[in-house]
Amino acid sequence: MATIQLEGVSRRYGQHTVLEGLNLTVNHGECFTLLGPSGCGKTVLLRLIAGFEDPTSGSIRIGDDLVADAATGVTVPPDSRDLGVVFQEYAVWPHMSVFDNVGYPLKLAGVPKEERVSRVMETIALVNLHGLEKRLPSELSGGQQQRVALARALVGKPSLMLLDEPLSNLDANLREEMRFEIKELQHKLDITVMYVTHDQEIALAISDRIAVMDGKGAIRQIGSPEDIFEKPVDSFMFNFMGVANFLQVRREGSGFFVGQGGQPVPWDKPQGDAVAWVAAFRPSDVIIRRDGAGLKGIVKRASFLGPYMDYLVEIDGTHLRTSVDTHEAIMRDLMFTDGEPCIVDLREKHWFDAQSLGEVGA
Amino acid sequence: MSTQSKKKPFIGTAGIILFLSIAILVVFVAFPVILILFNAFWAKGEFNLVDVVNVLREPDTYQALLNSVFIACGTTIGSTIVGTFFAWLVTRTDLPYKNFMKGLFLVPFMLPSFIGALAWKMLLSPRAGYINRFFMDYFGFEEPVFNIYSYYGIMAVEVMYLFPFVFIQVCGALERMDPTLEESARISGAGLFTITRRITIPLVLPSILSGSLLIMLYSMAHFGTVAVLGIENGIFNIPTLIYERIHQSAGSFAAIRTGTVLATVLVVSAAFIIWLQGKILSKGRYQIIAGKSFRPMELKLRGLRYPLLIFCLAYIGFTIVLPTAVIFMVGGLKTYGLPFTMENLSLDNYKFILFDYKTTKDAIWNSVSLGLSAAVITMFAGVMISYVIVKMKVRGKGVLEFLGMLPFSVPGSVIALGVILAWSGKFGINLYNSVWIILVAYIARYMAFSLKANSAALEQVHDSLIEAARACGATMWQSLRDIVLPLVKPGMFAAFFLIFLPSLRELTVSIMLYAPTTRTIGVAIYTLNEDGETVMSAALAGIALVIIITGQTVISRLTGASAKG
Ligand SMILES: Nc1ncnc2c1ncn2[C@@H]1O[C@H](COP(=O)(O)OP(=O)(O)O)[C@@H](O)[C@H]1O
Ligand SMILES: [Mg+2]
Repeated sequence: MATIQLEGVSRRYGQHTVLEGLNLTVNHGECFTLLGPSGCGKTVLLRLIAGFEDPTSGSIRIGDDLVADAATGVTVPPDSRDLGVVFQEYAVWPHMSVFDNVGYPLKLAGVPKEERVSRVMETIALVNLHGLEKRLPSELSGGQQQRVALARALVGKPSLMLLDEPLSNLDANLREEMRFEIKELQHKLDITVMYVTHDQEIALAISDRIAVMDGKGAIRQIGSPEDIFEKPVDSFMFNFMGVANFLQVRREGSGFFVGQGGQPVPWDKPQGDAVAWVAAFRPSDVIIRRDGAGLKGIVKRASFLGPYMDYLVEIDGTHLRTSVDTHEAIMRDLMFTDGEPCIVDLREKHWFDAQSLGEVGA
Repeated sequence: MSTQSKKKPFIGTAGIILFLSIAILVVFVAFPVILILFNAFWAKGEFNLVDVVNVLREPDTYQALLNSVFIACGTTIGSTIVGTFFAWLVTRTDLPYKNFMKGLFLVPFMLPSFIGALAWKMLLSPRAGYINRFFMDYFGFEEPVFNIYSYYGIMAVEVMYLFPFVFIQVCGALERMDPTLEESARISGAGLFTITRRITIPLVLPSILSGSLLIMLYSMAHFGTVAVLGIENGIFNIPTLIYERIHQSAGSFAAIRTGTVLATVLVVSAAFIIWLQGKILSKGRYQIIAGKSFRPMELKLRGLRYPLLIFCLAYIGFTIVLPTAVIFMVGGLKTYGLPFTMENLSLDNYKFILFDYKTTKDAIWNSVSLGLSAAVITMFAGVMISYVIVKMKVRGKGVLEFLGMLPFSVPGSVIALGVILAWSGKFGINLYNSVWIILVAYIARYMAFSLKANSAALEQVHDSLIEAARACGATMWQSLRDIVLPLVKPGMFAAFFLIFLPSLRELTVSIMLYAPTTRTIGVAIYTLNEDGETVMSAALAGIALVIIITGQTVISRLTGASAKG
């Protein structure tokens, strides 16, 4: 059983607090992704789990074992935690061939030579490096080195894999291929994967569950990829998960009006006493038409961007952006020009109190 | 893993390594230095500053202090001028055969300065020196042309063999300097002279100063040249006076006090100079773009090209070739003072020294075995200590970082004196009069070289390489053995030779510690010369030069080859 349990984990460097009171549970056999902007403390968290750093406070459990506890000073060294780790900076040993790099964990484990050779070759083939096993790392590209690192972490069949942005140096095709490989391996081998990245596309594609961290190292939301994408819990999440559009709305008595004008909001109303509100939505949630129900606006700027048209629309002093597939725009007479009137409606939206949105800009 | 992991963390491998590292530095370096400070400041049963001042005010001591400063200043100024001038010639002008000349200017490094001093004594001593005699015999000079037994003689000889310190630093800086800085000045209309004065010199100044300070430090604590050329005329500097006192009075209280007080002065000056150097270097660092070599602007020497080349060659000929030749020729003479004719010259002395003469045979054997042992021990100790300082995250590391700075600021004569205080039986172990005391002192003396080479190598080994091994299941020892050691091998290799080669010509430390059967090559050359066995001394010096030059050549071959392969 390879579960990870963090309880009240904090990590400080001198005065600088990177993580504060973090609680997190990773279940057995799941692919759990830690998603957050660069510099938010993802690598630090991974290093705490791997045992390269000790928490300033709090405890960490892997399976049933308490591996780190600041209160009692327990620390299990990394080599006894039964992990596979792939580092952000490859960390491929420059003085060993690809074969020796990948074979090192097995050598340490005392696996007999014959079995070792076959397992190493198997793993090397798995990451598409066959034929290169005699090369030194200096004779490999960045992407190939990263695959060596991946193979080295996989070869020992650990029950828990920690991956720190392992695909960041691969080209787009290989990245896609490798991300399916990782997913498939994880299922086949029934291992727990903790995956760290700042790339939400990978996170959404690969994860069973995602935890999103903000720039200060706090976890804002944990959930399935669908939850995270469709139901962001707060403005940070919203902003982080997509190119956000915000439409200002004001309350007057029991009525809600858009921008500075007099058009009432045609959708379900926000709950709360605040005067200033914001409707948040993705550009893909905007429906733009020539007539029909919705808010009246004016196309301020129409840009042809090849596959799609990009429109900046003004509605009573507030702006939003949307895009329409060029083909569809031609078919359905939606090729607007600058200054033309239009009708705008929304499929999905989230209401935020304008005050709470102050954080979004930050 | 579950059962044993619940245990509280034991002291563990990390703790053991840290403890060992601290212990080595304390025993070999800190303890002797502390004993010196203690003996200097603790007199008549109490902390006694007045007594220290009194010792310093004794005429002999005071004079030695002044001499050390005076000689160091003269040497520093001379070396800075010579070193900067030649560095500029080989990097920034169109001097012919520049690269070859650059290599030539590094040769003085190979020539131990006390052997150089010995050669100059043979050439320019007032009565017997070959050059002086030549002028007096053939040109009717009444007085010697130049008396090498003088302040200026000492300074001149030190400049000849120390200027490469400045030369190397300035060459490096001039080569790394971003040429766009100069080009932009030129575009804005400045002439070459203005550029040199306003742009180039200010940018290179930190490197010049840093090299000068290195020479200052070296010269103040330098024994050999002053011992060979000064004592005759009563010129003592700090190290030679320490030697004189300790040697003559065989460890009397007064001698020890004078020695420790003078040693304290050296330690304090050294620490100050190193601090100053660090400050100057850190200031200069960001002004020069490090790394890539650019193609710098070159001054056209025009009609001066060949005259300057001849000047450089003459300089090398006069300071390197002539003294070396004199050493080998005198080493071949039957008796010192005979003219260099074919019937007077033979290889007999060399044969005698290598195969029959016990004193010199012992000395060669002692130097080689001491050098090898010191190099091996210090190399391994240096890797371990550097590893803790550069790589490990353990509590108590600060202590080690401080201790690790110490070897850099303790001059040889100080170490020798400290070792005498520590290992002459007062603390239960008596190594005095045995080779072991020299070995202990060598380890302390060369620790700085090893720390420098090894920490430079370790800094190249990224932490994640070690962590990756730990994550693969390697214990700390296994990661050291399989990852760290193979990757720092070049650094260890460098450390070994940085220690082994200089130790073959070591004089300052071993002269204070030798017993009749534990002479080193340096000591044997020096004492043979003192005893008037000039030809034997020269012959042994010649053999030492052959060993040193062979060693150096082999190493540059090896390191050159390994850098390519
Ligand atoms: N050893 C350390 N000492 C001090 N600060 C550190 C250390 N390691 C990481 N940090 C700080 O922690 C923060 C998070 O770093 P990191 O976890 O590497 O971010 P990322 O999420 O991009 O992986 C950064 O501000 C970094 O400066
Ligand atoms: Mg990171």
